[in-house]
Amino acid sequence: MPRTVTYKVGLVGHDKHKQDVPAVEQDLTVEIHEMDAEPWGREDTFRHVGHEVPRVDGAVKATGAAKYTYDINRPGLLVAGLVYSPHAHADIVSVDAGKAQGMAGVVAVKTFARGSAKYPGKIVAAICAESEQVLADALEAVEVTYKVKPGPAVTEDAMKDDAVVVDPRRKTNVGQPRRGPLVRGKPDDAFEGAEVVVQATYRTPIQTHSCLEPHGCVCEIHADGTATVWASTQATSFFANQQLTSALGLPRNKVRVITQHMGGGFGSKFSALEWDVLCAEFARETKRPVRMMLSRRLEHLVGGNRPDSIQALRLAGSKDGTIAALQGEVWGTSGNSSGGGAGAANFGVYTLPHLSMLQHGVATFSAKGRAFRAPRHPQGFYALESIIERYAYAAGVDALAVRLKNDKHPIRQVQWRIGAERIGWGKNRRKQPGSDKGPVKRGVGCASGRWGAAGRHTVGRNQLVFDVVVDKEGGVAFQNGVQDIGTGTRTVIAIIAAEELGLQPGDIDVRIGDTTYPPGPGSGGSTTAPSIGAAVRNGALRVKESLAGLLALQWGVDEAQLSWKDGVCHGPGDKQASFRSACSLIGEDGLRVQGRRMRNFQSAYGETAGCQFAQVAVDTETGVITVENVVAVHDCGRIIDTMTARSQVNGGVIQGISYALYEEKQTDRNLGDMVNPTFDTYRILGMQDCPPIDVVLTSVVSGYNNTGMMGLGEPATVPTAGAIANAVYNAIGVQVTDLPMTPARVLEALERRQG
Amino acid sequence: MSDDAPQDAAARGLTRRALFKGAGAAAAAGAVFRSLDAAAKDDAAAGPPVQGPGKTAVTLQVNGTERKVEAEPRETLLQVLRLPLDLTGAKPVCDRGQCGACTVWLDGEPVYACNVLAVEAEGRKVTTVEGLGAPDDLHAVQDAFVQKDALQCGFCTPGLVMSAAWAVEQHGEDLTEEQAREACAGNLCRCGTYPHVLEAALAAAKHAKKGD
Ligand code: FES
Ligand code: FES
Repeated sequence: MPRTVTYKVGLVGHDKHKQDVPAVEQDLTVEIHEMDAEPWGREDTFRHVGHEVPRVDGAVKATGAAKYTYDINRPGLLVAGLVYSPHAHADIVSVDAGKAQGMAGVVAVKTFARGSAKYPGKIVAAICAESEQVLADALEAVEVTYKVKPGPAVTEDAMKDDAVVVDPRRKTNVGQPRRGPLVRGKPDDAFEGAEVVVQATYRTPIQTHSCLEPHGCVCEIHADGTATVWASTQATSFFANQQLTSALGLPRNKVRVITQHMGGGFGSKFSALEWDVLCAEFARETKRPVRMMLSRRLEHLVGGNRPDSIQALRLAGSKDGTIAALQGEVWGTSGNSSGGGAGAANFGVYTLPHLSMLQHGVATFSAKGRAFRAPRHPQGFYALESIIERYAYAAGVDALAVRLKNDKHPIRQVQWRIGAERIGWGKNRRKQPGSDKGPVKRGVGCASGRWGAAGRHTVGRNQLVFDVVVDKEGGVAFQNGVQDIGTGTRTVIAIIAAEELGLQPGDIDVRIGDTTYPPGPGSGGSTTAPSIGAAVRNGALRVKESLAGLLALQWGVDEAQLSWKDGVCHGPGDKQASFRSACSLIGEDGLRVQGRRMRNFQSAYGETAGCQFAQVAVDTETGVITVENVVAVHDCGRIIDTMTARSQVNGGVIQGISYALYEEKQTDRNLGDMVNPTFDTYRILGMQDCPPIDVVLTSVVSGYNNTGMMGLGEPATVPTAGAIANAVYNAIGVQVTDLPMTPARVLEALERRQG
Repeated sequence: MSDDAPQDAAARGLTRRALFKGAGAAAAAGAVFRSLDAAAKDDAAAGPPVQGPGKTAVTLQVNGTERKVEAEPRETLLQVLRLPLDLTGAKPVCDRGQCGACTVWLDGEPVYACNVLAVEAEGRKVTTVEGLGAPDDLHAVQDAFVQKDALQCGFCTPGLVMSAAWAVEQHGEDLTEEQAREACAGNLCRCGTYPHVLEAALAAAKHAKKGD
């Protein structure tokens, strides 16, 4: 039976100046499942939730004790590696691995001498050897003959009329959305009568995930007919897909996947991929444990990337700063797939009464894109916020005022003001862009972000469930297959459990990252924390109910007379028992209960809100942009751990700056190969480039689940590039329309202005 | 100078040697391959001392303990630490001295373990992140990393800990933000822990003495 509950939701405050946040609150009435905990409301106070809690696995990570997939060392371990095509498009004529096969220490060799290779990185041979040295020699000894064919590897080349097509069943590489453009209102009419119309074309690069731990796994088949796979994955529960289990020759229930720690995924690591399957085959053939990890070069080539984009946009509005219409056409490549995954989320946040957007996926002879932290959003928001900036200047209205006017989200309305104050908008925004004297010019800019991740109650077809095991000594274990990809999942579980049970986070034994436990959600879409949090709470409640039952028997009273407060169970009279003393009533086998995640319920605000402000200095003689300050104001529903949440936002901002200024997969247009597949040529932001980041976390109780949590990993990277681009525009008075904003592009833009 | 990882070289028809000779980007498919053994023989011909190409005995002082390993002359310190010695704190990320994830101290100075041959470390003192402290006995810098949340996925963390700890030991309580930044400038972190790493280094330095 569902229950109806009314409670207070809204902005709780933010971690910097709790006192001066305007009140945003309302009563929310929701229907919740009878098994679900009563939602934590806006006025509840906490001992751990929302505080600064160091992550529970910090010490093992800081000492090198944490074992990642790459670190797994098993008795008799073999290592495997790959030979792959460097060509955009070639027929594989022959693969001669004879020499490799004959080398001492080479255990198994596979060749794939058939068909055509349609992207650099296409695997043509795989070798399994006793040591890394033997493997290196053997890989070098493989001789491959290719018949190289023409094939466009970059978006613009693939769009040409005479371009070779990737998929021979199609006439062109340029995909057309089946349903045509997305249209809302009457965009043509809106443009016709508009007071102000601006237009521009924005370009964003292909960005590789560049996870420090590459993709890969270690497979071992045991004598008892089971297998263990240690995988660098964001989803223990989906990693063992059908290809992997059939390569192992085992049903899925005999395959255990373990991911205790993993060195970054950002959307690129879910199910087992081609190389993982080869690893499994080797393990089966050699009857020994095998490790296959991608090389850095292959990681850049095939490990995943954010598709590029070309976004031709036109925006209409009135002179008072009211936006009327947005029109656009977008092209981008997700590699040699038929275009899925490309595109730009370049509308949203702002009220756009009239809209027309047409998005094309362009097939190219390059490896597939993969989901990358807020897929389609950083590129989309960079372009959207850039065209709005143009409009603001053209209309002669302050850019912040335009945003406040057209953005209806009640939380973001507060956030814009917090951010503006902290960046010093009034003082640091150049009324006349590019008006600083001297060669180094400064400016500030802002941009919005959006996301909506409230988590879910299922993992595939299963309900999301935590097994909770309590022993008579008071030891508490929370068990689920979910992995901690660096976001602090372990810590979130520990905090919520400790809060409910009156313990310390360090007291909770968090057992995760292992398919021995109930299936865990994949870490994608920033849904992990909001999915699991509510299940952990319910698990803790079930523990308290069971202990209350035991105490009621002991005290000879009715269970209904018992209640828990701060980890102490109170009975009639002055009867009371601490959590630990209640646990002493548990039998030898321990107490086992389940924490079930119930369906999401209604929400007050829908999406989470966020916005960022940046201050930059641009050297107009060298074209070098220095980001001097970033203010990032974000909401992720209820914040569980302010410290790890701040880390998430720092990470999103840093990846965003890196995307705005440095990162670009460079492709040789003739050969099709990536020319910068190393960390000295594919530049990611380093310590010396890192500006101060002022993170303001606005904790919002937004409904949806019993904790009020929502996701944070992705939204924090959505606004950054747009905010920096707008700050650059404000500094130099001309818009750089291509990311990354390299010195050459800045100088080019300046030249254009001087004309 | 950057170079392809060995497994990549095969795909590109290049060896390290060919690259050094300036063969440039993609050589034609079917180029003549030279094994590293052959390369090693050439090197040996250039003058003494002659080691390899087979395995030779190497003795290292790792975290205060003498460790003997058999390693080929081309094996890096990183490879030896990770596989035979199972000290997996130092991570292989680029294998070419570009990211700092493999940072260890050699005779007290930070080095990229992927850029040092095991034979070069013969008889020398190697300190890895495991030697700095253990989960129940943290070094002040490791403790500060935990307290300030200077880690996310943690894959870069052992390297950053070694760089930050070196800065703290060099400068003690005088450590400036600039010095801490510089010490960590050769360590890449994809998750974006830099702001908290700086905070951790400076917090740990507050209580440190020079050369601690
Ligand atoms: S692995 Fe040694 S510097 Fe990158
Ligand atoms: S914490 Fe993930 S790479 Fe630094």
